[in-house]
Parts: sequence; structure tokens; C-alpha cells
Amino acid sequence: MRQDHLISATQLSRADIEAVLDRAAEIDADPSAWQGRHEGSILGLCFFEPSTRTRMSFDTAMKRLGGRTIDMGAVESSSVKKGETLADTMRVLEGYADALVLRHPSEGSAKMATEFVDVPLINAGDGAGQHPTQTLLDLYTMRQNVGLDDVTVGIMGDLKYGRTVHSLASALTNFDTRQHFVSPESLRLPRSVRYDLHESGAQVREHTALDDVLSELDILYVTRIQRERFPDENEYLKVAGEYQISADDLRAAKDSLTVMHPLPRVDEIAPDVDHTAHATYFEQAHNGVPVRMALLDMLLSEGEDE
Amino acid sequence: MSDIDRELRVSKIRNGTVIDHLAAGHALNVLAILGIDGSGGESVSIGMNVPSDKLAKKDIVKVEDRELSESEVDVLSVISPEATINIVREYDVIEKKRIDRPEYVDGVLACPNRNCITNDEEPIHTRFAVLDDGLRCDYCGEIVREDEVPAHLDVA
Ligand SMILES: [Zn+2]
Repeated sequence: MRQDHLISATQLSRADIEAVLDRAAEIDADPSAWQGRHEGSILGLCFFEPSTRTRMSFDTAMKRLGGRTIDMGAVESSSVKKGETLADTMRVLEGYADALVLRHPSEGSAKMATEFVDVPLINAGDGAGQHPTQTLLDLYTMRQNVGLDDVTVGIMGDLKYGRTVHSLASALTNFDTRQHFVSPESLRLPRSVRYDLHESGAQVREHTALDDVLSELDILYVTRIQRERFPDENEYLKVAGEYQISADDLRAAKDSLTVMHPLPRVDEIAPDVDHTAHATYFEQAHNGVPVRMALLDMLLSEGEDE
Repeated sequence: MSDIDRELRVSKIRNGTVIDHLAAGHALNVLAILGIDGSGGESVSIGMNVPSDKLAKKDIVKVEDRELSESEVDVLSVISPEATINIVREYDVIEKKRIDRPEYVDGVLACPNRNCITNDEEPIHTRFAVLDDGLRCDYCGEIVREDEVPAHLDVA
């Protein structure tokens, strides 16, 4: 990759994406060959928001490369609670690590952090903004199951606040994909993402009902609709119920449909879907490790002789 | 009625800046860009909906003893690209400039996305890329349409 930081999926070209996915595939094929490759390197995990799986996935990826991780721990017990700015925190932490992973509740936080640090920085989620490493593992999973060109992708759920959706939608514009967005009216894609899709000339359609497109889809990417996005419980229950799928609902889909989800799910995918051939979300979650290993390997090798 | 007569409706200034050919309705936005609310004691004259040859109707703002910073001009260029800026010394216009549409606008505007990092207590200023018909926050990507810009002027 040409970049030193990974902040947004919008910065990634097709070639950048393919380079990471190819490296991930090499790692997947022979993980032991990569053990020890980054011995002595330290990755700083800076999570200003609770996260179990993304943090553990980075932790595992770094350790499988032979490196180590340091973790700033819970925000509640740190200097952040005492009013330190993110800029100061990151300037201090860059002195402790060879690369940093940042998750923060404010949009644009990772972009700002790159103005204060010189070590490679990876955005692991900035508010409702971007989550590009999730996207890379999503693309890896899609490529392994159906390919990335000439495919029809449905993305359903909270499209407004879902950062995984924003990253994925823009990354998919690098490929020959048709994108269908399915959501309640109040959770449609935000103007900024819509603008990027339009600028890229992507084929995009929006729907309020999955039934309108389900039979055309090669991939259905489901995301969670959160209770706190709605003013009252009843409205939430009513709306969220329309964006839940069961094995029965999927009878109308192609046999080859791949169902994905960034996890954790609550009730948007019924457990009976797990037993169908459509279910790909656990495989998707496992792909987080080789993909993040690939990315870390590439960022940490920048400037080294390879 | 000549242009001169029209200008007389707004009193002459000795030293300062005349912002002319503003799209009608933007005079108060210019004051907001300049951070002028009267409390600072500045001498300001405003003409609103003045007949104009160039625009159907224009606004005009004259501010005594004040020049515009580059960022202020940048924001002005976005809300009223037809505006001209005249620098006045001893009652004479010593410099007259059209404004160029910039690539970026730094500071002056607040990001309307309340969850944007620029709205946290961080040591940074806002920065917006200028699009064909609006602005885009360089940090969070939020888009502000041109007609929404005045509402987001970062002034007290
Ligand atoms: Zn912003």
C-alpha cells in the first residue's frame, strides 16, 4: 500500500484492496510461515469505546506475526477521563509503539490523530464514520465465496449510523458490483456516503423492503438496528421487526446467497439461518485475523527492505 | 439614478472594507462571518436589497477599520461568489478585488455534525473542502450545502 495510515475505505484503490486480500490469502494458506515475521514490534491498541472482538482480533493478528501489543485499557480508568485531549493521548502513545490502532466515538477522530503521529495508524472505527479493516475482511469473505465482480449485493439495516456499511459501500465501488440498500426511511444512507457513491458512478438502488430485491442478490449483508436510534420502544420494535430474517424468509433467495453480518447480532438474523448454507458470518468473523495480519504486515514493512 | 447616488444611501467610510455585490440577503451573514454583533463597537453600515445593474438586488456592507482575513474571504466566496471587496484608505478605494473560489475553507465554519471530532475539545480548526455546490468537512466527511453554510458560521 502507498499509504502509511488506513483511515477510510475511500482511500483504497482496487489495487490496494487486492494487495491486502492476496496477502491475507497467502497467510491463510500457511499461517506458520508468518510467525515471527514482526518479532520485536509493538502494536498500541487505543480503544476509547468498548470493543471485544475488534480489539482481540488485532491482538491475535499481531501476536501471530510474532509481535506484541500494548493496550491503554478502559477509558474509565485512564487520563482521558481526566480531560486529556485525543491529540495529546495519541502523541504520547506513539512513543510506545510501532503502529497504533484507534477506535473512538467521534467521526473524524482517526483522521485527526494522523496529524499528530508519525507511526502507521489504523482506524478501527470512528463513531458513525468508517471501519475500513472490517471492510477488508468483508471483501475477503465475499471474494472467497462469490467473487467481487459481477455480483449483486444487498446491504440492510442501519445504513445511516452503520460505519461498516459506509466503508463497505465505498470500497465496493472499486468493483463491478450492483448495490441495493434496504433500510427504514429514517436510517437511509447519509448524504456524505450517497455523494461518494454518486461521484464514483456506482450502480445503487434504495429500498424499504427486502422482498423487493432478495431474489436478485448474491450477497446479503445484514447490520443491526439499534434501539437508541428510535424515540420510543414501540416504533423501534415495529421497524426493527421488518429487517429481521429467518430461514423461512430466505426461501425466496437464490440457493447460492451468501448472508453476512459484522456481528454481534441480536435478533436480526434468526438462529435457524445458522444451519443453512447461506450463513457465512462466523467464517467472516474468523477472517478478521488473517486480513488484519496482512494489513499489519504491510504497514509495518513500509520502508523496510523486503 | 447613478451608481454614485445609490452608494450614498450607505454612508462613506474613511478607512476599512466595503463588501459589495453581495447576493441579496447575505449582509447579515457577512457580519456573522466577521464576528460583528455590535458589541465590539465597530462602525458598520449595511445596505440591503439595493438595486444593482449586475445583480437584480444586492447587499452591501461597509466596515470601518477592519480588513478581512483569508479564511473570512474564503467563506464569503462560498456564500456569495459574486461579491467584491474594496479596501478603503482616506475615503478612496485603494484596492478592489474579486474573490476566487478556494479549494479549502479553514476555520470560520463549525461542522454541523455534532459528533465530529472538530466539535470536541481538540487542538484543531475545522477544514472544509469546497465542492461545486457546497462544502465537505475534511474530518468527518459531512456535506454542507451552499444554502446551509450561513447557519454554521462558527461565531459566538
Ligand atoms: Zn465534521
